[in-house]
Amino acid sequence: MTVVAPARLAVRRVPPVVVLSFVVVALVLSWSLVPGLFTAQNPDVGVPADKFLGPSAAHWFGTDHLGRDLFARVVHGTASSVTSGLIAVGIGVVVGGLVGLVAGFIDGWADVVLSRLVDALLAIPAFLLAIIIVTSLGFETVNAAIATGVSTVGVFARVTRAEVLKARSSVFVEASYLQGGSRWHILLRHVLPNASRSLLALAVVEFGLSILIIAGLAFLGYGDPPPASDWGLLVSVGKNYPLAPWLVYAPALVMIATVLSVNRISRWLRKTD
Amino acid sequence: MASQDRLTLDRVAPPAEPEAGTLLRVDGLSVAYGGNEVVHDVGFGLRRGESLALIGESGSGKSTIARAVLRLLPPGAGRAIGRVEFDGQDVLSLSERRFRPLRGRRIGFVPQDPGHALNAVRKIGVQAKEAAALLDEPDAARREELVLETFAQVGLDDPRRVYDSYPHQLSGGMLQRVLIGLAVLPKPALLVADEPTSALDVTVQKRILDLLSRLREELDIGLLLITHDLAIAAERADSLVVLKDGVVREAGPTATVFAAPASDYTRRLHADVPALNPERYRHLRSGVRGGEPKIEVSGVTKTFTVEGKVLTAVDDVSFSVPAGTTHALVGESGSGKTTAVRLLLGLEQPDSGRIAVAGEQVTGRSHASLRSIRRHLQLVYQNPFTSLDPTWRVERLVREPLDRYRIGNRTERTERVRAALDSVGLGEELLSRKPSALSGGQRQRVAIARSLVLRPDVIVLDEPTSALDVTVQAGIVDVLLTLQAELKLTYVFVSHDLALVRQVADTVSVMHRGRIVESGLVSAIFDDPQRSYTRELLESIPAGVS
Repeated sequence: MTVVAPARLAVRRVPPVVVLSFVVVALVLSWSLVPGLFTAQNPDVGVPADKFLGPSAAHWFGTDHLGRDLFARVVHGTASSVTSGLIAVGIGVVVGGLVGLVAGFIDGWADVVLSRLVDALLAIPAFLLAIIIVTSLGFETVNAAIATGVSTVGVFARVTRAEVLKARSSVFVEASYLQGGSRWHILLRHVLPNASRSLLALAVVEFGLSILIIAGLAFLGYGDPPPASDWGLLVSVGKNYPLAPWLVYAPALVMIATVLSVNRISRWLRKTD
Repeated sequence: MASQDRLTLDRVAPPAEPEAGTLLRVDGLSVAYGGNEVVHDVGFGLRRGESLALIGESGSGKSTIARAVLRLLPPGAGRAIGRVEFDGQDVLSLSERRFRPLRGRRIGFVPQDPGHALNAVRKIGVQAKEAAALLDEPDAARREELVLETFAQVGLDDPRRVYDSYPHQLSGGMLQRVLIGLAVLPKPALLVADEPTSALDVTVQKRILDLLSRLREELDIGLLLITHDLAIAAERADSLVVLKDGVVREAGPTATVFAAPASDYTRRLHADVPALNPERYRHLRSGVRGGEPKIEVSGVTKTFTVEGKVLTAVDDVSFSVPAGTTHALVGESGSGKTTAVRLLLGLEQPDSGRIAVAGEQVTGRSHASLRSIRRHLQLVYQNPFTSLDPTWRVERLVREPLDRYRIGNRTERTERVRAALDSVGLGEELLSRKPSALSGGQRQRVAIARSLVLRPDVIVLDEPTSALDVTVQAGIVDVLLTLQAELKLTYVFVSHDLALVRQVADTVSVMHRGRIVESGLVSAIFDDPQRSYTRELLESIPAGVS
């Protein structure tokens, strides 16, 4: 027992890799909010004479088959990739969280019915489920985001339920009940805040995962058609030109850096309190 | 070196070479975690067959010293400087490869909480086999025999059954016996016991300590006992080392340190042990007043059905508590005292019998009408580490009952929160802290403030100090009794610690297997117990120097 004290008192420092991850995520978010600040070039109109130029000072990521600046296309495509990731996570957190909360807090048939539904949802691979949903909704990036969101509902519901069950049986919840707390008060003020830490870490991981799934859907052509420049679509178009490999590498590397950073942040969030 | 000499003064050195008797010698030991030194220049010596107790409150560095001796400091973070000599060999400078044959074989370890020290999903026997692998015995069947023999030696009645059980099928006391057995199995020369009984009931505690003393004599083991309880240390150890903030405050033969403490700190420790000072709070207690009963429990029975078997947790229990006094419910774990408390608070409904608090029935009422009773009836939980929401700040925690019962306006509530914190001795600087930034004692004070803020008449205290050190316990008890004298509170005090009960309570009910076996005035029960069970409980109070 005596060992714990000094470690607790020490000022918790943020590891450098986490700082770097935050920088990457901040950069990606600013790309999506104000792409004009980062590149002056037009992502949709190219100079045909400059087609298939390799990465250089003038074109950081090189140019594509129509002579469009690839960096501009990546930057301008960020908004749609990031927004769809957020939409997907938003759906997962809200719907999955609610299902998990109800299942965890109300015993009996509600728990049984909801938990079995979640089991069924989890039994279908997320990517397959997303494809099925997006096919029925129509090929559009927003629909791909919604489809991805629905496919994450199961995971969120499962984790929320477990956290709610854990918080609900803790002593401080009974203490609050003895001190006059109503069910709603306990649910919203004690159970939810205690469950939300795991939920936040999960949401961040799922955000990275959703970006990948949405890119995958775009790659397969289930998203907005060209000239939209979703990251997955850029990779998909770029693969047609094996002599210009940067068309695949550049957007793929941006994607990898984003997802890795997001995962690292999530891991850090889970460890800190 | 000076302290070394004092430690061994009264012992006649064996006639052989002068250094021969010393089994463990610690010299100038300092331990640091990161850059933070927590143990400073500690030194003591221990002979074979002797026992030495390291005493101190949590944070005093006593467990850290044990870890340093066993070389179990967290790799990278913990660094030990100085000399730890075991049987003439400096263990700190040994390579891990050369130290490993010592740990387990020559130096045994008994952990604090037996419930966490065994793997829950493997049978005791399988885990015993791992320990038996340390023996120089090639034959597996013979090794198993030795394990069973050792189990019998540590007082396990049916070694074969224990061998074939999972940890959850055994009681805490039996598990601790298993662990002691596994530790002494390779016939070590030194046994390090880190608070071996703090997770156990008093009667079990006495038996485990008896066992350790017996093994020490029979097997000629040196025992390094780590404890926060001066009474236990004084009763069981030949010499004492008193630690505070990682520094040795006092060291010497038990009789000297105990009878004539030289440092203020030891004197304070001495004063904080309930068993040694039964009359400490006499001035705060006005004795039993003939007031009308505040709590009346009559003929209450509660049964639970577990896996088809009917368990009677509380069996025909009756007691009453006059206003402004403290009634203690005493018993070992499983005696039904916690169930009795839950019934009293209306958290469970009894099968039969009735409970009334301040003239109002608790039994057979709806949730809504119970709410109005609870305003006058509060509970302080056993463990302040679980009873406070970790995401809330102190101010909000203490204000919660006021908010829930909509008492006063904003400024009045803030005022009452401050007054409640003030009355338990906490300053305003703690208002914006979260529980994780508070010590155990501070947390329990917050929990008490939280139950006081509604100005209840009755507070149920469910082992309020069992998770805390003796020194912290003394502070909490002081607060509770001062508040009782000021506010005329009625307490129901649940505890397994009879010495503490003697200090705080006016009347007592001794519970055993769901029934009250004896009840009455504390002075009467303690001076003249009628039942054998009560006598057994009383005998297990550590009495200081034996």
